Amino acid sequence: MSETTEIEAAAILRDGAASIAATTSTDDLGRVETDLFGKRSVLANAQRSLGGLDPEARREKGRQFQEARSELEALVATRRAELAQAERAATLVADRLDLTEVIVDQVRSPLSRGHLHLVTQARDELEDVFVGMGFSVAEGPEAESDWYNFEALNFPPGHPARGMYDTMYLDIGEPETVLLRTHTSPVQIHLMEEAVRGDTLPIHAVMPGKCFRLDTPDATHLPVFNQIEGLVVDKGITFGDLAGTIQTFTTAYFGQGMQSRLRPAYFPFTEPSAEFEITCAICRGTGCRTCSNTGWIELGGCGMVDPAVFAAVGIDANVWSGFAFGFGIDRCALMRHEIPDLRSFIENDIRFLSQF
Amino acid sequence: MRAPLSWLRDFAPFPDDIGLLSAALDDLGLVVEAVELVGEGLEDVVVAKVLGIAAIEGADRIRLITVDAGDGPLEIVCGAMNFEVGDRVPLAPVGAVLPGGFAIGRRKMKGIVSNGMLCSAAELKLAEDAAGLLVLGDEVAAEPGTLLTEALGLQTDTVFDLTVEGNRPDAWCMAGIARDLAARLHLPFTLATPPQPASNGTPIEEAASAQVESLDLCPRLTVSVLTGVTVAPSPQWIARRLTLAGMRPINNVVDASNYVMLERGQPTHPYDMAHVPGRGLIVRAASVGEQIETLDGVVRPVGLAGRGLGDTGADCLICDAENTAVGIAGIMGGASSEISDATAEVLIEAAYFTPMAIAHSSKRLGLRTEASARFERGCDPWGIDSSVNRFVELLTESAPGVRACDGRLDVRGDVPQSFDIDVPIARVDRQIGVPLSGAEIAALIEPIGFACAVGTTDDGIALLTVSVPTNRPDVRRAPFGIDDVIEEVARTFGYANVPRHTPTWPQPGRLNELQRSRRLAKDVLCGLGASEGWTNSFVSADAHHRVGLEGPAVRVSNPLVAEESFLRRSLMPGLLGALAHNASRRQGAVRLYEVGVVFSHPDEGAPRVVERSGAGGAQTALLPGERELLSAVLALDDDDARSATAMWHVLAEAFHVAGVRLVAPTAAETELPGLHPTRSALLMAEGPGGSRRSIGAVGEIDPAVAADHGLTITSGAGTAARRIGWLEVDLGLLFDPSAVARRVVTSAAVSRFPSSDVDLALVVDDGHPADLVGAALGAAAGELLESVTLFDVYRGTGIAEGSRSLAFRLRFCATDHTLTDDEVGGLRTRCIAAATSQFGAVLR
Repeated sequence: MSETTEIEAAAILRDGAASIAATTSTDDLGRVETDLFGKRSVLANAQRSLGGLDPEARREKGRQFQEARSELEALVATRRAELAQAERAATLVADRLDLTEVIVDQVRSPLSRGHLHLVTQARDELEDVFVGMGFSVAEGPEAESDWYNFEALNFPPGHPARGMYDTMYLDIGEPETVLLRTHTSPVQIHLMEEAVRGDTLPIHAVMPGKCFRLDTPDATHLPVFNQIEGLVVDKGITFGDLAGTIQTFTTAYFGQGMQSRLRPAYFPFTEPSAEFEITCAICRGTGCRTCSNTGWIELGGCGMVDPAVFAAVGIDANVWSGFAFGFGIDRCALMRHEIPDLRSFIENDIRFLSQF
Repeated sequence: MRAPLSWLRDFAPFPDDIGLLSAALDDLGLVVEAVELVGEGLEDVVVAKVLGIAAIEGADRIRLITVDAGDGPLEIVCGAMNFEVGDRVPLAPVGAVLPGGFAIGRRKMKGIVSNGMLCSAAELKLAEDAAGLLVLGDEVAAEPGTLLTEALGLQTDTVFDLTVEGNRPDAWCMAGIARDLAARLHLPFTLATPPQPASNGTPIEEAASAQVESLDLCPRLTVSVLTGVTVAPSPQWIARRLTLAGMRPINNVVDASNYVMLERGQPTHPYDMAHVPGRGLIVRAASVGEQIETLDGVVRPVGLAGRGLGDTGADCLICDAENTAVGIAGIMGGASSEISDATAEVLIEAAYFTPMAIAHSSKRLGLRTEASARFERGCDPWGIDSSVNRFVELLTESAPGVRACDGRLDVRGDVPQSFDIDVPIARVDRQIGVPLSGAEIAALIEPIGFACAVGTTDDGIALLTVSVPTNRPDVRRAPFGIDDVIEEVARTFGYANVPRHTPTWPQPGRLNELQRSRRLAKDVLCGLGASEGWTNSFVSADAHHRVGLEGPAVRVSNPLVAEESFLRRSLMPGLLGALAHNASRRQGAVRLYEVGVVFSHPDEGAPRVVERSGAGGAQTALLPGERELLSAVLALDDDDARSATAMWHVLAEAFHVAGVRLVAPTAAETELPGLHPTRSALLMAEGPGGSRRSIGAVGEIDPAVAADHGLTITSGAGTAARRIGWLEVDLGLLFDPSAVARRVVTSAAVSRFPSSDVDLALVVDDGHPADLVGAALGAAAGELLESVTLFDVYRGTGIAEGSRSLAFRLRFCATDHTLTDDEVGGLRTRCIAAATSQFGAVLR
């Protein structure tokens, strides 16, 4: 009896291996697999028949059958990978399409128009307003060194104000030397450095772009968001010019009758610094829940360029003066379209995208 | 910070007009986040004496209380347990409306009528304690029926919740707020000088010691000693002010310290002298890895350099005279020497710590306290003495036996001093656009502590010499300090009063080439029915692998969530995710595109190198490479590689692109990551001089990748991957004329003569791309060719395996005559000959 089952285990393995090797497709292999391991398979029958043996023999035979089963399973897995690879290769060859043969006129294309992302629409319109006011548009990298994002902007290492920026750092170089820009202000530094190098001052530019902060996404925050900043460096630029520019922009973008006001604030890179607020677009200044009954909505920050920033980029503060301002593009879109949750912007649900 | 109006009135006679005060505070940059009226709604609450307490049958959470509120016994059902017969508690009778608008009615509970409500401090908005009733102490003498407001001497009060900006540590206290506000409202401001403490006759030198080893971290340390201290609750008025300001009263010693900090901005730290071994303090830098247990019961290792730039790990410790740490300087005390009920002798540490050192320690230890927040912004090093005297004055109220040792131990290093700045008066106008005289400027900033003197330089320039007080660490020395002073001038003048002017300049504003091109590219894609998406710049560890991209990705050191630990190297993971999102909402038939930046690791490809010299010396930073890509997924029902190819051709036409070929990767080349190996091609720009450069890819998503992203269709034949067209273009290259040639757009005459067409069906081996055949035909046709167009491709019966019939239409036209049949015939022959010789083409 013992002799017989030993032969049986080896035979099962031998026969099984042969039928696995003979398969020509994954479907074929699937059938062989059922034959080998199914309830009515030789192996299953043999394993069931162990019940009649004495415990020691049962253990020994059981082990042999189990080994045969494991080996066969491994062979099936290997064969399946081979066959799948071959079938994929065959399908891909059959599927071949030489793209130089594509006849554009014959490609079906919908007569329907897609939609620009709402944030792009807001950004384009903001750019257009500022271009109309004489600004050029500048851009810069999203990953920056500490110098451009902080130090040149008058945030020395360890400065407590850095804490306001919930910075995301990258695993490159020394710790906390390379980061994702927390504002578009690094572009200001690049612009000023370039203008000094090329002797091309003055500067009148706006800088739109993506910024990054370690903010858990919620209805009013996204860790990736879009900001637009402006920078003017010229002769004779004053705080009054800043206030006038903000007001002109407010009317141009938000509409006639919309007012702006400045309120003292603190940013290391500007002085005097201000928050700027605009008439609440919801209640038009009469007071509502959105504006906490103040009639004003805080839009962004601004101020006169701090002399330390000019010193960092090598601009003579006795000759040039300038102002900078910045605010959120996403927030503008949010306000204009009364969008309840910023997260709609990154879901890419076509029902949302195609509304605008 | 929370500033009660009653407290602010200690320093100036502010009017009642809350609107006026709020507007003035806002305009000074002390932003009013909220105004809270406290003590309102207590008009009906009276003092009631508990006459009896009885159980209610079937209830163990409520009891029947009989009280006397002046009009005889009254039955109230009450859930609080913290009082006894004889106690006096607040009663809100039926009809009363409590703060927050809660109206008291006659209610029935467990069959018993309750004639009002006995109140906790929280219910009356007097404190946060909601654990039980507010039981009046013996110090409150009030008969039952007395109004509670009368009994407690409560007045209605207004609390301004203010945000004080980080550069204004001077205004981060009641006196500082009052100073600014009084100046704006032209009211007299007084900050009383507290008296010298009563002496116990012992010279301080005999009672304690003070030593500073790290004067760089702690430029000034003072130690005072008080004896005869009895620890007790603070007087009601102190406790109430602390509560209104948002701090919890603890005991008279701790409260006095907190009160002084809130009033004057100077943190002080009281120690139980009995638990200060050696009766003295040593201030030193922590040794590396030293451990200390702070007041919050956490054992913290200190002295370890942090991740932050310039963070050397120099934590400043306060140690006892035996050099054991008893607190982290300026941040948090240790547990060992806390004030307890048994404290009789108090050591007061009042110091000035280097703000940057505190900022580093606080950030590194993740420990931010009222004290650290003030020290890191900069306290007034010369406000210490009056603050300590004020501490003693306050403590003496509840502990009349307090006496101080004579004098104060005072260790000084390089303590910041008041200094002068010469402000050119004309610069004020230059910066803010308001021509103010020296006297006008002085009138604005002298009330907030900047003494001014008008003068002139040797060459006759009008100057204002401004003396900067030591409570204004935000004002730097000249030259930057000049603008710091001007900021104060603008602030006190009022931003709203600065005349507005919109500047103009001769330089025109415009978008640059890249910006115009980007807009056009987006417009083209929208025109082809694709909508613009915005997907995450961060992806998970396996997202790249899942779209066939291997190699290093830039890792975020401190990701928001683990699934967003890497910067994307491709827009494919995001766009496929967006498709899957829509597909799962039964709207999978869409075309989406995104224009966005992808990042490459500096170890791979071309990193950006930035060199700048900052405070920490020259910095050379290797930055990730950045490319701006336009990627599109085409997933309408009929979309596939053809649609993507057509999209590319339309886009290319919009930019007059010439010389970009669709080149399928040969077997020897690596496949395009994530793309179908036999239905995709590189966009190969052939530049001047035969240079070849890939500017993107077009084709179809690899079916395995599509299936892995759940983009499948199920039909009778089973579930299969969807065909999804893909287009990816590097916009930086597409818009760069040196990388991608553009057709020269100069006008060509349009012929008035009729054109002639020649259709050629050529059987060509599959190995020859159709575009090359078309180009060869065009080249052979010469000047008379108007266009060559592929209009049919046929494989199957009649055509040998491995080749196909390509049908081209060649249109010929001359500008000066109608072409003759002979001419056209000759051209036809030439074209066929070219195709035959170059590609072995056979005319069908």
